[in-house]
Amino acid sequence: MESNAVPAMSQAEAVKLQPRPLRVMELVMKLIFLICGLISVGFVLFISLYLIVSGLPAILTIGPVEFLFGTTWASTAAEPQFGILPFILTSVYGTAGAIVLGVPVGFLAAVFLSKVAPKRISRVIRTAVELLAGIPSVVYGLIGMMVLVPAVRELFHLPDGASLFCAMIVLAIMILPTIISVSETALNAVPKEYEEASLALGATEIETYFRVSVPAAKSGIASAVVMGIGRAIGEAMAIIMVAGNVANMPSLFASVRFLTTAITSEMSYAGVGSLQQQALFSIGLVLFLFIMLINILLNTFLKGKREK
Amino acid sequence: MNMKKILSLALSGMLCLGLLAGCSDSASGVVNTDGSTSMEKVMGVLIESYQENNPGVTVNYNGTGSSAGITAALDGTADIGLASRDLKDSETGVTAITVAKDGIAIIVNPQNPVADLSVEQIAQIFTGEIANWSELGGSEGQIVPIGREAGSGTRDGFESITGTEDACKYQNELTSTGEVIANVASNPNAIGYASLSAVDDTVKAITVDGVEATEETVLDGSYAIQRNFNFIVPEEGELSEAAQSFIDYATSADAAQLITDAGAVPLA
Repeated sequence: MESNAVPAMSQAEAVKLQPRPLRVMELVMKLIFLICGLISVGFVLFISLYLIVSGLPAILTIGPVEFLFGTTWASTAAEPQFGILPFILTSVYGTAGAIVLGVPVGFLAAVFLSKVAPKRISRVIRTAVELLAGIPSVVYGLIGMMVLVPAVRELFHLPDGASLFCAMIVLAIMILPTIISVSETALNAVPKEYEEASLALGATEIETYFRVSVPAAKSGIASAVVMGIGRAIGEAMAIIMVAGNVANMPSLFASVRFLTTAITSEMSYAGVGSLQQQALFSIGLVLFLFIMLINILLNTFLKGKREK
Repeated sequence: MNMKKILSLALSGMLCLGLLAGCSDSASGVVNTDGSTSMEKVMGVLIESYQENNPGVTVNYNGTGSSAGITAALDGTADIGLASRDLKDSETGVTAITVAKDGIAIIVNPQNPVADLSVEQIAQIFTGEIANWSELGGSEGQIVPIGREAGSGTRDGFESITGTEDACKYQNELTSTGEVIANVASNPNAIGYASLSAVDDTVKAITVDGVEATEETVLDGSYAIQRNFNFIVPEEGELSEAAQSFIDYATSADAAQLITDAGAVPLA
């Protein structure tokens, strides 16, 4: 009883003795936190509004169908044409290619790191993956341009190596760290009991990983893939240096232009307020909607995971 | 500590005085220039250093295109029009003052045995009519034309001089001169174009109609792939004092190094 009363007393006293400024400080700090929280909301709202306001006029001038499904982009020709279908398809194909190349490698690497690898080896590999994530995208582009493009040219006997294929490879390497680390986290979260039960029933280790661990981590691995897509579709710097940047309809060994690189390559010279510049903003709007869509997908995956 | 502060204050004060001393007590006002987007770089460096020396004058640059620049000089909406081409016979009432020349080198891989091409052959290469180096006396290999992005001044210059506007079939559209050079340097079948001043040893600048691309051949007019950067001023009526002083500065020997740095060939 006594021991309880003493702290209660001192607590009451403490409240009484607490100097006023401290409470004001609390309020001020809370206000600062609130403002910091609102800053990011404000920026998202501002950027969305700005993109819509500056992106819509060109779409309306050109015509939504002609803009989205036109196959010719000739922004500075005497009779300019603004069809972005080549860019949309290139972005979709390029991202799909990166996923096809990158996900199997990344996924199996994650299984290896999480389940198979001895501690010392997994530490080395994990450090390497983290380093890979830290390399600036322009460096990927530079190495792609100096090493990959000539190699592809020699290997496939092409006149020029800069192509969709090179961009896919560069993107696949760039999304590896995301896919590995997110799927590894998902695999690590699988309860040990599941695997032990499977092993106790006589399954081999490999059977256990692929029949028990991977299905249990399914949604986490799926979100890794979606995050990889998000990273790949938004990348510009690395692929502008290896893709050739000609507004062709995409094919594997053709020089192609992505949604992102279409904006980067022409923005610096587009006349202020010209239809060309407005059309570039419209491409930005289309890209923004694409990425929003992917984020919504990602959130659904993550929610699905939580509900489990 | 305090001594140090006072000393640094005094020093920076002296430096400020030095800045003021550099100012000439000349014109004041606003000079509006309007026209060629290809001249943006040259105008940028000229305006920057001119305004440094003449704090009273503001020079504006508006990139609208050569034809629009000539019109602007004619109807007085700009003090100085900018044109990266010469005046046509139909464009009367204005005179052109050449401030610089823009030489565009045609570059190939150093391994390429082809050393000379005519302007017509170059045009045919870039429009895809000639597709193999063997047609030009080179070794067997599909030609890879490399160009700049739409809107680039170098591309505009190259295409207008060779008459290939909107007809070029590029294999690669890159966003900087450096990238063009790096690509040509790494691909034995590539051909590209770049500002004369940017060409280095990693690529081979070919001769055009037998003329080597150098500052001298650009200046004397014998090298074909070149154009003038012109200031366009009305024939009638006085220029404002500020506009005249800017033109004098741009054509003076002081501006020559700046123009070279901006990738063009100065006349002075």
